[in-house]
Amino acid sequence: MNWLEAILAILVNPIFYQLTLLAATPLIFASLGGVFSEITGVVNIALEGIMLMAAFNSVVFTYLTGNAWFGVLMAVIIGVGFTWFHAWASIRWAANQIVSAAALIIIAQGVTGFLMIPIFGHPGQTDFIGRVSPVRLEFIREVPFVGRIFGSLSPFVYMAFIAVAVTWILLYRTPLGLRMRAVGENPEAADTLGISVRKIRYFGVLMSGAMASLAGAFLSTGELGRFIEMMTHGRGFIALAAMIIGNWNPVGALGASLLFGASEAMNLQLQSSTIITVSANVKPLFNVIPFIVTLVVVGGFVGKTRPPAASGVPYEKESKN
Amino acid sequence: MNRGKWYAFLVPTISVLIAFLVGSVIILLIGKNPLTAYVVMFQGAFGGSEQLADTIVKMTPLVLTGLAVGFGFRAGVFNIGAEGQMAMGALVGAIVAMSFGALPPVILIPLSIISGMLAGAFWASIAGFLKAFTGAHEVISTIMLNWIAINVTTFMVAGPLAVGTGTPKSPEVAEAAKLPIIFKVQAIELSIGIVIAVIAAIVMYVLIEKSTMGYELRGVGFNPYASEYGGINIKKNIIMIMAISGSLAGMAGIVDLLGVPPQRFLGELTGGRGFDGITIALIGRNNPIGIIFAALLISALRTGSNAMQIRAQIPNDIVHILQGIVIFLVAAERIVAALIEWKKREKVTA
Repeated sequence: MNWLEAILAILVNPIFYQLTLLAATPLIFASLGGVFSEITGVVNIALEGIMLMAAFNSVVFTYLTGNAWFGVLMAVIIGVGFTWFHAWASIRWAANQIVSAAALIIIAQGVTGFLMIPIFGHPGQTDFIGRVSPVRLEFIREVPFVGRIFGSLSPFVYMAFIAVAVTWILLYRTPLGLRMRAVGENPEAADTLGISVRKIRYFGVLMSGAMASLAGAFLSTGELGRFIEMMTHGRGFIALAAMIIGNWNPVGALGASLLFGASEAMNLQLQSSTIITVSANVKPLFNVIPFIVTLVVVGGFVGKTRPPAASGVPYEKESKN
Repeated sequence: MNRGKWYAFLVPTISVLIAFLVGSVIILLIGKNPLTAYVVMFQGAFGGSEQLADTIVKMTPLVLTGLAVGFGFRAGVFNIGAEGQMAMGALVGAIVAMSFGALPPVILIPLSIISGMLAGAFWASIAGFLKAFTGAHEVISTIMLNWIAINVTTFMVAGPLAVGTGTPKSPEVAEAAKLPIIFKVQAIELSIGIVIAVIAAIVMYVLIEKSTMGYELRGVGFNPYASEYGGINIKKNIIMIMAISGSLAGMAGIVDLLGVPPQRFLGELTGGRGFDGITIALIGRNNPIGIIFAALLISALRTGSNAMQIRAQIPNDIVHILQGIVIFLVAAERIVAALIEWKKREKVTA
């Protein structure tokens, strides 16, 4: 019964909901990134690598300039440049998109590890560099329960929710969004109507790079204030799962991200729970919770959602050659 | 255009050369001399019998993870989970090898390896099952399984199996489970592990190229719908493909554990070697014989880069960058093909 008691105690604690929002934030950004790319027909499993690069770059530029927001901005710019390679390989050279994205992940791992010593003098993790200060809402802080959740939150959390709304409006209420969806569903038809499949796809993939970069920058500069090697910890892939479960829709991806965020929050709270006593050796086992939840949910949901028809298929005009 | 047998390997070869070129620019950027760096790297990998033996020892599991990923690619699945399957194979195989010390080596060694393979096969077939019955993409499910495997093995090695202090480690396996040594150069012991790996590659070659089953598997990879129409059970095949791929990764884990001192489960064990399988399969063109040579190349990069880190102060993460560039270029092989064509044209006009 101890376990049930512990879980109930966690569920009535506002900290759990705050942690859920914080854990969901990178997943929301990254899954939006996945949506941007796949809705135009390019699979981008490189989110994990782009996030890692951005987590690193935002800390580097915060370190160099002392301004965390400048760090975030540079992380996004470099992240978009990095993602361009995947776009270029996929769109211009009809590459195997899964493999070319896997290459980006490995390169990100290599570059961030390689530069640790030249820039910070030691491998592993950086010192505390500084972070974007949280938004303090004084009038909400007084409210019981809710105040503990929303009283002091990273601005990235609010930005993530705004990004969901903006993405939804862009995709479903603007001509550009219609074109993006058309290109992802039926590039031949879109091409016949005079839409540039190439340009729309570049836009989608590069936007996914920007979103994934925000996700990565949040992890380091938004939350921890430092960079740790491999700190993305599979979140790029969990975000892909959120995109699938959310049926390639920004609002759906938001819901799935919150679910996965909650499973991570539950993991963290169970590890620090005082109701159940577990030895330090058993704690790593709790870390599997988010991964098992993802695996089960992906296994249960897929087939009930549908990817864009041309997702992952290179498009080449017949007139070529 | 007559593209001979060797053309297939031209793209990976040129990709590797381009990667080294980009790597030298990166080394220049941090103010070191790339030429010295590569010389140190080469010496570290091949410079003497000890280095050579070390390279071959490190190559052994890489041949097997390369086969695991390559086999998946041939059958149309991307097994990015070799890392987790390798860890589970090593864990289960090691438990068997620790528990049945009374058995003679001729029974205990195969028994341990087979249990490791079964563990890897089981772990991978979870992803195969999900793909077959729910359509969950194997890239996501195998990555999730990797993280679960890493946490489970960390728990086992730091908890129930732990001995001593410092880096979490299991006890040594039974004496009878250790792989026989072929020869010993100073501190490096070369076990029969490499022979096992090469035999696995040959078996795989025969299986894929010469058997009915291989024909069916290639069919599923090439065109699943036509294969189903032709009476091949796709669901069964996908689970089997994942299981075979996982068994090879599991074998990589246990063969490495039984063949390299100290013969115990140490720390995180896999150290990215499951992911190396992707590079190796791509460079080797998913051909078992090509994979052997690709594994040698990656292993040489690994041992060489360690020497480079110590003797030339260049972080060995450079290997990941080089590998990533190779993977990228092989994925977008038309970039390289275009380069080759362009070179040819230049020659003709000149």
